Amino acid sequence: MRRVLAVLAVLWLGLAPALAEEAQLADPKLEQRARDLSREIRCVVCQSQSVADSDADIARELRVLIREQIAAGKSDQDIRDYLVARYGDFVLFDPPFKASTYALWIGPFAVLVLAGLVVVLFFRRRAQEPARARALDPDEQGRVERLLREDGTEGGT
Amino acid sequence: MIPELGHYALVLALVMALAQASLPMVGAARGTRPWMQLAKPAALAQFGFVAFAFLALMQAFATSDFSVAIVTQHSHSQQPLIYKLSGTWGNHEGSLLLWVLILTIFGALVALFGENLPPRLKARTLSVQAMISIGFILFMLFTSNPFARLNPAPLEGDELNPLLQDPGLAMHPPMLYLGYVGFSIVFSFAVAALIDGKVDAAWARWVRPWCLLSWTCLTGGIVLGSWWAYNELGWGGWWFWDPVENASFMPWLIGTALLHSALVVEKRGALKSWTILLSILTFGFSLLGTFLVRSGIITSVHAFADDPTRGVFILALLTIAIGAPLTLFALRAPTMRGGGLFAPLSREGALVMNNLLLATMCATVLLGTLYPLLLELTTGGTVSVGMPFYGATFVPLALPLLLLMAVGPFMGWKRGDVRGALQRLIAAGIAAFGAAVIAIWMKTDGPILAPLGLAAGVWLLIGTAIEFMERIHLFEGNAARIWTRARHMPRAAYGMSLAHFGLAVAIIGMTGAAAWKTEEIKVLQPGQSLSLQGYDFKLESVGGIRGDNYLADQAHFIVSADGEFIADLYPERRQYLVQPMPTTEAAIRSTPLADLYAVIGEPDGKGGWIVRVYHEPLVSWIWFGALIMVAGGLTSLSDRRYRVGAPVRAGATQVAKA
Amino acid sequence: MRRLVFLLPVLIVALLVAAFWRGLDPNRDPSALPSALVGKAAPAVDLPGLADGAPRLQLAAFKGKLVAINFFASWCVPCRAEHPYLKQVGAELGVPVIGIAWKDKTEASRAFLAELGDPYAATGADENGRTGIDFGITGVPETFLVDGAGIVRYRLAGPVTPETLKGELAPAIAEARK
Repeated sequence: MRRVLAVLAVLWLGLAPALAEEAQLADPKLEQRARDLSREIRCVVCQSQSVADSDADIARELRVLIREQIAAGKSDQDIRDYLVARYGDFVLFDPPFKASTYALWIGPFAVLVLAGLVVVLFFRRRAQEPARARALDPDEQGRVERLLREDGTEGGT
Repeated sequence: MIPELGHYALVLALVMALAQASLPMVGAARGTRPWMQLAKPAALAQFGFVAFAFLALMQAFATSDFSVAIVTQHSHSQQPLIYKLSGTWGNHEGSLLLWVLILTIFGALVALFGENLPPRLKARTLSVQAMISIGFILFMLFTSNPFARLNPAPLEGDELNPLLQDPGLAMHPPMLYLGYVGFSIVFSFAVAALIDGKVDAAWARWVRPWCLLSWTCLTGGIVLGSWWAYNELGWGGWWFWDPVENASFMPWLIGTALLHSALVVEKRGALKSWTILLSILTFGFSLLGTFLVRSGIITSVHAFADDPTRGVFILALLTIAIGAPLTLFALRAPTMRGGGLFAPLSREGALVMNNLLLATMCATVLLGTLYPLLLELTTGGTVSVGMPFYGATFVPLALPLLLLMAVGPFMGWKRGDVRGALQRLIAAGIAAFGAAVIAIWMKTDGPILAPLGLAAGVWLLIGTAIEFMERIHLFEGNAARIWTRARHMPRAAYGMSLAHFGLAVAIIGMTGAAAWKTEEIKVLQPGQSLSLQGYDFKLESVGGIRGDNYLADQAHFIVSADGEFIADLYPERRQYLVQPMPTTEAAIRSTPLADLYAVIGEPDGKGGWIVRVYHEPLVSWIWFGALIMVAGGLTSLSDRRYRVGAPVRAGATQVAKA
Repeated sequence: MRRLVFLLPVLIVALLVAAFWRGLDPNRDPSALPSALVGKAAPAVDLPGLADGAPRLQLAAFKGKLVAINFFASWCVPCRAEHPYLKQVGAELGVPVIGIAWKDKTEASRAFLAELGDPYAATGADENGRTGIDFGITGVPETFLVDGAGIVRYRLAGPVTPETLKGELAPAIAEARK
């Protein structure tokens, strides 16, 4: 059952651009709004294409619907809400900021802060370490050897 | 017969891998030289067998041997030879074989060129490499046999997916895998070092060229994929934050971080555990990518297969391959003592910031990619994470990184002069500000990230150039001195400047293309035209043409501006022989300033055609910038220090012990 | 404390692997989109009747009864395949099926039913497709279970087959009757 739907979806998909043969809005500003909005709405049967880019029947219907509602004076947010009420948050490429997505939106910031803390602690700890006899790093080792050689004694261990 | 031989060769490769994985490891633990030395011939033999298997498979594709199942599923006798050959890796089983081939190539290269490596490290590295081989060869033999036969053999094949019948996409997998899989050897070096219990500057010096080679190939591979998408998919886009695209981007981000932190280990002996962790994670992300593509867990346009048993196998592989080294890391790494001290404001400090930002960027991409799956598994909710998320999180992280990249090379080791660096970069700052102003003036209602991105790109571009010119004392005017400095500057320094410069160019391109792209769609009858950004696209005619294995509608556009002829464009809409979906071939006219992009779609049944045209500024800067980055990587690789192996001063290894 | 930090990577990987393991459950279909309407009130249905001279189709008329709403179209191939099984939904499971022709020309839909038989208790024509979108369909065929209180209880995407009839619709109907 799902396979058949998937096969159908693939057949309709084509991955060729859905060049809109439906009527465009007369007002270029509204038409641009329609196109921009169509790019934000995810095609519900395709694999991560927007309704603007998909050949699927339902994508075409949603494009027509978007234009109808824009022409009827609805705002972009109204249209988004309308679609989300029927298809869920899935239909928006821009994940909303709500309880189920707090982790998503705050995550990167949290990682940055945590990682930053680690770096700060790293430097703090380093600075606090007493100047005990540390191993020489390669540059310093090289300098020691050179100095020893200049001194006339054999360098290295 | 030959496919059977190929199959048998795979089994023999497995046997070699088993030997290579076990004996040298035991030999290294015991100090038994002959067992350690077994690694080299075993690695070479393993490569030989896998190469034979790969050639056998390629031969089946080249001769259209439809008795081999995957040849039937992914090839057609009338395809041009290049696509018959590239069909070898244009499918799940064949691409796995390519994966293993590259694994064995890197093993063989280390076996051959690692004469200067300490025997224990070499033995352990090759042993770990073989363990990875074992996993993948078993995966192939048990679940994804490339040589499975069909009896009776069909007379004709089902054709390679038309989307893959493109030169860019023919080369994309090999390049990508060279990168992806190349990091496996860095991984093996890291695990070997963990087993050894010792990481030092010499280790970093041995590892860096392999890291550099993999990074260069991965950069090339990712960009080839983007370039293909731009040319082939027909809507002028080149990056979609698709899960599988992200899966190749994450190893790139961590690999870049690794490249830079290994530098600190090599020069100053610091950041050892972190570098080891990155080495493990880079290949870990490669494996994650393999899992996401081949297990069917996420749907994506890229996904190969949706077979759950394969998914379980790869998950097991992933768990062992990443889990075991990370456990070893948790046990051994705390005992590794760090090296040189440095002030936060120093080159090391800048590299630490570089790593911090890159790691956060990678974590962001990981979060965005996996979030829908994790949400679905926990609450059952569905959500889509697309470009808007990454625009709001990833890009703001990239901007400080770009700013830092121009300053870092000016900083000295241990203690750097930030104020001095910024003073020298004033010209870059002015140029960046100017670029931002131009960007805002050109499109006052555009996204805020456009002027910021452009400014960051210009800042890096000019800043890198300034640093380079200072290094060769360009401003001191003495031509002979300049020439001497330029000649004696190590290639790695050229490489760095090129790579940073290339990235700046690419960033400028990405910003321009994303922010200022415009499009126009119309139904046109032949003779009609549409206009975009002052360009006039006249549809002269649409005719039928025939290719090797396709029929196409080809349109002829005449592009002009102010009446002056600019270009002829011939976009096509192809219908291949077997596969039902039509594919578009966009016609693109590129100039450094902008691309004009025309696509032809379906006929409207009344003699007209749906036509879409784009104007995308600065797109070619992306491809050009990436090319410069790859050139930078190759330049660094050609540095004499890497070719001579790892000249180690006698005392260094003993002194810098963990 | 320091040791704990070094354990972090392996712990994170362990968590991810556990998640992936659950994600590989063979019963899970990664491309399936669950209906946003399950558990919510069904949208209003007020469409012209499909049959010649038939009254308007209104969902309100079925208030108090458990019904199935089946979206179909004459141009839809799987709809032909599922047609015989729709009768069983009514006959064997005792749930009347309402048929809504989605994005279909009325004459074509009538011809479709004339050819294959009419298993529906009532039919309507959704020529502009808005009612279908109100239900959040992703294509045709799709079947919804709406209970007596007007709440959507279940959504079946794709055709009704013997497997889905027994495995999904029947249990859902039993659940809705409780």
